[in-house]
Amino acid sequence: MDLVVNGVEHSLDLDPRTTLLDALREHLGLTGAKKGCDHGQCGACTVLLNGRRVNSCLILAVTLDGTEVTTIEGVDHPVQEKFLEHDGFQCGYCTPGQICSAVGMLDEVAKGWPSAVSTGEDHLSDADIKERMSGNLCRCGAYPNMVPAIREAAGR
Amino acid sequence: MKTFTYRTATDVSQGLEPGATFLAGGTNLVDLMKLGVATPDVLVDVTRLGLDEVGDRPGGGLRIGAGVRNSDLAADPRVRRDYPVLSQALLAGASGQLRNMATTAGNLLQRTRCRYFMDATMPCNKHDPGSGCPAREGDHRNLAILGASPSCVATHPSDMAVALAALDAVVRISGPAGERTVPVTELHRLPGDTPDRDTVLEHGELITAVDVPPLGFAARSAYRKVRDRASYAFAVGSIAAAAQVDDGTVTDVRLAFGAVAHKPWRAFVAEEALRGQPATRESFLTAADAELAAAEPLRDNAFKIALIRNLVASVLEGLS
Repeated sequence: MDLVVNGVEHSLDLDPRTTLLDALREHLGLTGAKKGCDHGQCGACTVLLNGRRVNSCLILAVTLDGTEVTTIEGVDHPVQEKFLEHDGFQCGYCTPGQICSAVGMLDEVAKGWPSAVSTGEDHLSDADIKERMSGNLCRCGAYPNMVPAIREAAGR
Repeated sequence: MKTFTYRTATDVSQGLEPGATFLAGGTNLVDLMKLGVATPDVLVDVTRLGLDEVGDRPGGGLRIGAGVRNSDLAADPRVRRDYPVLSQALLAGASGQLRNMATTAGNLLQRTRCRYFMDATMPCNKHDPGSGCPAREGDHRNLAILGASPSCVATHPSDMAVALAALDAVVRISGPAGERTVPVTELHRLPGDTPDRDTVLEHGELITAVDVPPLGFAARSAYRKVRDRASYAFAVGSIAAAAQVDDGTVTDVRLAFGAVAHKPWRAFVAEEALRGQPATRESFLTAADAELAAAEPLRDNAFKIALIRNLVASVLEGLS
């Protein structure tokens, strides 16, 4: 199968059981996306598929023939600088997932998508950032620094 | 994970060979395969069948393609305007990443999150018929209070399905034997003595779309979910409601409860009790009591009765 990752096309011969996360980490050497829970509950494996954030641990790579995958290694976004500025991490294990998720989330906000706490048309509040980022856990508890980092990356 | 062969579906009515199962977003199925609870021999990928549009129906209402992702459906301007209960229910479920993957039909067909079902090493009549139900005497705080059986007390975990049940949505199904339709309220079964069957679908039948009929007063509708965390958790109890109130009287109403039964629980008894009644907290509580009279709580989940009762009153007060 062919997988386009960060703009580079790769031809892979995979066991159909291989998840996108394992294909990235074990077959392509892209270890930025992390294996946390491996069950779609922690968000450490978040990558972008055609620009949309997803959990790569729950996607079978074989289903993605021809899809554009962006991992943290291919992300170049202001949210990265803001995470450094605000110290939005401690151990860093969840950070690639947090960044990819934030990039996808800010795109959803730009498209006017609603959330459980907002209509998507109003100001991106801290409560809204927390709700929209709730699929990414941080066991160090660096959330209070991530929220302003993401808010500033959104230009608000 | 047990090995399987993979192919893409080319037609909605081609059906499935024995041991095969359809794969869409994969958010539940791939997880269950990792856990050894789902062990298909063949995965048939239906995401390339083009079932991913939300369309207007000629007589009003919407036809939601089975493959429409939960996030796209929640953001659809027609859904937000005409059926806010549906958009709210979708946004109350899962996370941004999972909603980008999960599909309409996959959401309907997701399996219970009962811990014994999710653990292949435990007895469970749903994953191993005849092995017993440890939940009845074990961890059942979040399990059923309505419609359960001695063999199974599981709850259906979907939020979206609760809204669709309230909205009289109809599931469109294709298979080798042809096409048929089933109301969402009749798609999921009560467990009885065959809890291994979640729904009335036959092997090889594929959901192709969900039709939501026009319902003018659904423009005033709401979904309220109670859970153990502020976000990203399954419901402990939830309610989908739409109400038409004229001059202080409830002229029409739709109500459904989530996380209380093996299926999204359409509260027909409460609806009937409410029509023609004054739109007061007292009427709402009386109607909730009429529905919940059938509840048979377990040792640790009787609190759900009061929870649902209070949700009915609070959400209907908000809509009145």
